[in-house]
Amino acid sequence: MLMQGKQGLICGVANKRSIAHAIAKSLHREGAKLAFTYQGERLKKNVEEIASELGSSLLYNCDVSKDEDIKKLFEDVKKDMPYLDFLVHAIAFANKEDLEKNFHTTTRDGFKLAHDISAYSLIGMAREAMPLMQEKGGAIVTLTYYGSEKVVPGYNVMGVAKASLEASVRYLAADLGASNIRVNAISAGPINTLAARGISGFTKILEITPQKAPLRRNVEVDEVGDAGLFMCSPWSRGITGEVLYVDCGYNIVGM
Amino acid sequence: MNREEIEKKVKEIIVKKLGVTEAEVTPAASYVEDLGADSLDQVELVMEFEDSFSLGEKIPEEEAAKLTTVGSTIEYLVNKLGK
Repeated sequence: MLMQGKQGLICGVANKRSIAHAIAKSLHREGAKLAFTYQGERLKKNVEEIASELGSSLLYNCDVSKDEDIKKLFEDVKKDMPYLDFLVHAIAFANKEDLEKNFHTTTRDGFKLAHDISAYSLIGMAREAMPLMQEKGGAIVTLTYYGSEKVVPGYNVMGVAKASLEASVRYLAADLGASNIRVNAISAGPINTLAARGISGFTKILEITPQKAPLRRNVEVDEVGDAGLFMCSPWSRGITGEVLYVDCGYNIVGM
Repeated sequence: MNREEIEKKVKEIIVKKLGVTEAEVTPAASYVEDLGADSLDQVELVMEFEDSFSLGEKIPEEEAAKLTTVGSTIEYLVNKLGK
């Protein structure tokens, strides 16, 4: 098994449909030991259930909008796991109205919030995870979407925040590479998750993508799960600062 | 699938998801006001309906936004599933 003896932290499972869940499943299949974060009591039960299905009882509450929460998270993780081989960051948020109206109506607060939760959280978490990865090296993987590069109606401020996230991946990769820590992003095609359904017009995105994607279909969540596994595993040991497309080829098409 | 079967399945899904009793799930019951659903529950319910009834295509946002009560959900699904 590819991940035997490896252990890591999965952040951003909301329910069984979450991409983070699919990545966790793939890592578990290959023998990795997993820990999970959840945000608040609302999501705790879901995450507890999923963690236990994947043989884990290591759960930590973390609100990534708070520096002290992120700090405490890795202090707590350290007590249970002296080192981390990988960290999966699958966290994003924007106000619903900012994903519905015209982009030019985005408020300053809405802009800040989307960037804080969706992009800054990666920087904060990478910094605190560093000491746990420094000795053996590690892999950090985050999730992005094509709406960071091209205009996808309704994706709005989240597209701008994902552009910031992707740039952060490159800068983090440059810094953390000296410690043999890799930082990469996976740009997944549209997947029917709880988060995705918050985007107005998402069902339309799901309909249009297969008409244009070279593979003529939408990507399956388990395919993103396996790509996540690859990015966390030694098989991707020569790759850092990269955005890997797992989108049935949609991003290469001009028309 | 006839109306009765659809009603039964809709109620089952709601009871399981929201942890309410079957008696509470009346056609007039509003998810938010009567059954204590939050915005995440509402989205999860829509996704459960899509999967459980094998709708194939997703329920578009503008339609999903109208499914605020148990009754409106049943009507939508009855229409969608033909009988």
